Amino acid sequence: MSDLAVEQERPERAFRLSRLKLSGEMRLIICLALFVGLLSIAPLGRLVYAAFFTDGSLDLERITHILGGRRVLQATGNTIWISITSTLLASVIGTLAALLVGMTDMKARTAWVFGFVLPLMIPPQVTALAWVQSFSPASPLLAPLGLTLEPGMRHPLYSSGGIIFLLGLYNAPLVFLSVRASLRRVPANLLEAAQSAGAKPLPVVLDIILPLVRSGIFAGAALAFVSSIGNFGIQAMLGIPARVPTLITMIYRRLNSYGPSALNDMALLALLLAVLTIIGMTITGWLGRQGDQRVDGASITLRLSLGRWHWPVATLAWGYLAAVLVLPLSSLAGSALVRGYGQPLTLDTLTFENFNNALFRHEGIREAFATSFMLTGLTVFILIPVSIALGYFLVWRTGFLSKLLHLASELAYALPGIIIGVAMILFFLRPLPLVNVSIYGTIWVIFAAYLSNYLALALRPILGGFAQVDRSLNEAAQIAGAGILSRLRDIVLPVLAPSAAAAAILVFMTAINEIQTSVLLVSSRAQTIGPMIIFLEEAGSSTLAAAVGCLMVLLILSLMLVSLCFSKFLPKGVLPWRD
Amino acid sequence: MGAIEITGIHKSFGKTEVLRDISLSIKSGEFVAVLGPSGCGKTTLLRTLAGFEKLDKGEIHVDGRCLSGRDIHLSPEERGIGVVFQNYALWPHMSVEQNVSYSLKVKGMSRTERTQRTKDVLELVGLDRLANRRPADLSGGQRQRVALARCLAMQAGVVLLDEPLANLDVHLRATLEEEFSRFHQRSGATMFYITHDQSEALALADRVAVMDKGRIAQFATPSKLYLEPSNEMVAGFIGEGKLMDVSNLTPSDDGMAHANLFGKPIRLRCASSASARSQARISFHPSDLSLATAKEEGIPATVKRLTYRGDHLRAEVAPVPAPDVSLTLNVAPPFSIEQGQHVSIALNDGWVLPDPQFA
Ligand SMILES: Nc1ncnc2c1ncn2[C@@H]1O[C@H](COP(=O)(O)OP(=O)(O)O)[C@@H](O)[C@H]1O
Ligand SMILES: [Mg+2]
Repeated sequence: MSDLAVEQERPERAFRLSRLKLSGEMRLIICLALFVGLLSIAPLGRLVYAAFFTDGSLDLERITHILGGRRVLQATGNTIWISITSTLLASVIGTLAALLVGMTDMKARTAWVFGFVLPLMIPPQVTALAWVQSFSPASPLLAPLGLTLEPGMRHPLYSSGGIIFLLGLYNAPLVFLSVRASLRRVPANLLEAAQSAGAKPLPVVLDIILPLVRSGIFAGAALAFVSSIGNFGIQAMLGIPARVPTLITMIYRRLNSYGPSALNDMALLALLLAVLTIIGMTITGWLGRQGDQRVDGASITLRLSLGRWHWPVATLAWGYLAAVLVLPLSSLAGSALVRGYGQPLTLDTLTFENFNNALFRHEGIREAFATSFMLTGLTVFILIPVSIALGYFLVWRTGFLSKLLHLASELAYALPGIIIGVAMILFFLRPLPLVNVSIYGTIWVIFAAYLSNYLALALRPILGGFAQVDRSLNEAAQIAGAGILSRLRDIVLPVLAPSAAAAAILVFMTAINEIQTSVLLVSSRAQTIGPMIIFLEEAGSSTLAAAVGCLMVLLILSLMLVSLCFSKFLPKGVLPWRD
Repeated sequence: MGAIEITGIHKSFGKTEVLRDISLSIKSGEFVAVLGPSGCGKTTLLRTLAGFEKLDKGEIHVDGRCLSGRDIHLSPEERGIGVVFQNYALWPHMSVEQNVSYSLKVKGMSRTERTQRTKDVLELVGLDRLANRRPADLSGGQRQRVALARCLAMQAGVVLLDEPLANLDVHLRATLEEEFSRFHQRSGATMFYITHDQSEALALADRVAVMDKGRIAQFATPSKLYLEPSNEMVAGFIGEGKLMDVSNLTPSDDGMAHANLFGKPIRLRCASSASARSQARISFHPSDLSLATAKEEGIPATVKRLTYRGDHLRAEVAPVPAPDVSLTLNVAPPFSIEQGQHVSIALNDGWVLPDPQFA
């Protein structure tokens, strides 16, 4: 009798226990949800709320008044026009480059790819500054040809055409990488079949290759669009002096002049920018999905012989690199090596004073470098473990919550950084609850923005790594009795080490020179190196700005070279600058 | 330790029912093989036992402890069940020794104790000299031993194995099969061995559970499966079994029965409960057929095809009364038979399947 009573009670109690006791994995995913929720979802939600509601009420008149204003309409029009045309330019250049590299027996391919992808790694504000200075008397390439600008002449790049040109060049590597990835999946036998059917190289490319890599072209175009519309560096460096307002520069300038009182209006503009970005991505994505490009079969790269076209093509390809890489960068170096802007670079005017100032004298620059290094290091330190944990749930435990977190992180990454900047100001303006300390105006709000912004960037190589790992390695550790944290530390992290290293490099290189987010968040107390160039240029210290720009390029170059040294341990394709 | 009690478990992925009402009662220390065609749900059954999948219905108890049941689901970490994965799942960044001792480490065992135990285990499986190697530097057989050593180290009372030999070549298999038997004797653990290869299952296991489309078709000793299949699926699946209809079944009391096959009288084995009926289905294997001797009254047949198999000839013959039926038999040397020849064949043994209407 008493046995029976115990028998009946047992399931009951176990039921309650299982409700109370959270498994280790549950606790971890809750922590991840808090992380992404607080850093991405809540600030973006706050932004949307602030855009529509002022003082708790929905003021439709205010919204139509702002969105219908002549200047906003003009800026919106400029934004759309500039993004679309520069995306077209980037797509054409990027696709041609990918075909050249992927389909022909071009020589010195590795070096060329490194040079072609390099501009993508240089911070856009440095690129813009370098191009602006290409026509200065200190330019080592154009000055000897007499192609410099006389004082008082309007700079040709200070125009919407100039912005489109630079954005197109800047984003071409994005399309290149995407098309090259598609090209690698095209089975060689399809080409051989076309060749044996008698098709010449040009028809092969037009009729077989282009349709097959179409999705790659559009995927790259989508990336180029997002990158153009949110590229603060180029739009600000060229657009502000040229008086070509775009949404992004408008948000920046109005926030600078009016301060937090303009926040609600700026939230609305930021939201408009976000909507345009998402529409652009959706349309390009939809275009890329049209038509069936499913292929199967082994993809062995087939290289068409250039034959007698070898020299003309090589001249064109290397000439392009000289024009987009050597010309601006040498001018930047030239400007950094003279005492005052406008001086020609000769043995007499040569000076290292600017570098000396940037590195040792100018306290602001030194501190900005230090802050950037620290914040970037901390960001990497936090994001790598977080991405590994999130990747674990995304790849091995598909669930609704982890997918939502992934989407939120992708959104925070894809949206122009300035939107995250506005969202962070809104979210952190008031003191934090409980501790009652405000981090607004300190470096910690920049740190929060970095964590939000770069989670998706860190996640990508790590997801790629997870896809190559047999999940039974994790299950075997479960069998051995290891909890989730031990498994992540002892099994997953070591196995994923190469991908994690790649993720760390990507995040580090992107965050160290970051400008989009921090330009809104920097204050007298908190400076990062990214926006420094804009401030120096605005203050008229062009040569010092050039020196800082040179240092940033050197930093990036050395990071890239270091990463190449151990690239053989990395999964193929995670380092974009490696062929 | 290690008695497994599986009662009425169900598991579906979306709309597909993968496990349907499976019940198995496995004694402590038994070697059980789960045999079935690919896709029948074997791996899923193993994963529910290990705790990787939750049950929709039913319960799993090990040594009286409920591991899975209504509102109860112990995570794999808490079960203490060993698993040998198909690819062995050795951690590539750890040495053999670290692989084996990891379960002891996460349990919080002291370093000295851990080292001693790992050393003992490695010696037992003959891997002590490879303790510092990485899995990548081991042969297939050595990897399997590391996987087994991991189970030994954690002193698992139950070890689950998911087709551990499926990816290996034939030569290696025989030696590795032996390894499992030895491991079983040494550890005394209950073995739950999944395979789609019946020779493996019949050779290794004390009892075999034949699975079909998410159900257990029969759970019995290898010889019982071979000689007394309980249904058509098992009869056809094990040992190239052949199904035939006979007429006028009349059981006698000694577990034997008389019937007519193609109009000729034959003697068969049957269950003691079998009743006389006009139609019955029987099963037999190629080795139960032979060429009739001159004295016997055999079934007339035509030889359709001959295949040379080294120590015997495999003959496919068609009975004259039913030319569409194909029977297979093994002919011992000397080979005095050729294609198209008329022969007379005898059925020496057969088993009357239980009448499905009454089963
Ligand atoms: N995680 C899963 N999600 C959906 N279907 C699954 C999953 N795992 C197994 N299945 C399906 O269950 C069936 C049985 O699979 P499995 O247990 O692996 O069979 P076996 O090991 O006998 O070959 C298959 O049809 C398979 O497609
Ligand atoms: Mg299986």
